Amino acid sequence: MATDTANGEAASGAEENKAEDLEFIAQVKAGSFRAFERIVNKYESRVYNHCVKFLNSQEDAEDVLQETFLQVYKSLESFRGESAFSTWLFKIATNGCLMRIRKKKKVDLVSIDKPLEFDGSSLQREIVDWSKNPALMHGNDEIKRLLDTIISSLPEDKRIVLIMKDVEGFSNIEIGQILNMTVAAVKSRLHRARLVLREALTKYFDGTLDMTSAGKIGNER
Amino acid sequence: MTDKMKCREIFEKISDYIDRDLDPDICGQIEAHIKGCEPCVAFINTLRRAVELYRKEGSPAQDIPRKVSANLREFLKKEIDAGVK
Repeated sequence: MATDTANGEAASGAEENKAEDLEFIAQVKAGSFRAFERIVNKYESRVYNHCVKFLNSQEDAEDVLQETFLQVYKSLESFRGESAFSTWLFKIATNGCLMRIRKKKKVDLVSIDKPLEFDGSSLQREIVDWSKNPALMHGNDEIKRLLDTIISSLPEDKRIVLIMKDVEGFSNIEIGQILNMTVAAVKSRLHRARLVLREALTKYFDGTLDMTSAGKIGNER
Repeated sequence: MTDKMKCREIFEKISDYIDRDLDPDICGQIEAHIKGCEPCVAFINTLRRAVELYRKEGSPAQDIPRKVSANLREFLKKEIDAGVK
């Protein structure tokens, strides 16, 4: 019952949020720059954090942030409200991040969509369960740094899905809309990214992974 | 209970399982399987913990730096005043 109530309140909050966005957008279309500033105020931190996490560069993130809101302003006339404004906004921001990454290095974003590999016909018989390791009970700066290093080493198509799902809290459907992919493809990339993360932490706890090698682990799979 | 195909099927569905994003029937099948399969239990526990750790510790959101926010407004004002629309 409590969960139903919480879900109901969350859904109601999301609807109010969407209605507020539509109101701002209508005002901007009517010529109000003040309403556009309200949109910026509301979303700038989320968009900036999204770009920093994706690009691993505050400088690049700032550039994409500026390009994103300018693009939003220029294109707002064409926004029809078929998806939530936030979905449309993050689609522009994410595309900006991808373009920036592609400019820096030519990457084939499709090629890693090969089927999941399964080592052997069964899981290893000896899988160490480190989930209750005492080192995890309290905040651990080394593990924080390790996580950042592992995530930074992931190919961008895995990294973005992991960030959007597990840090930013987007649903699989929203991620699919933003990245122009099916929910099945979102789930597949998320699964692969999480497997890399788990594998790296497993190696860390059995003493076979240090910070230097952690920076390469995302590219091994 | 730990036949090869079962473990493979579990492996492919673990993310959906920990997200509780599975049909209840499939969820029930997984739970029946893992009662007799310690490696799958260890794999699920460690994957779930890895995700929890990342959610908790992985690059927490921060307020946008004031300078970045100010630069954004200055940039937008300049571009819009220049007649970008």
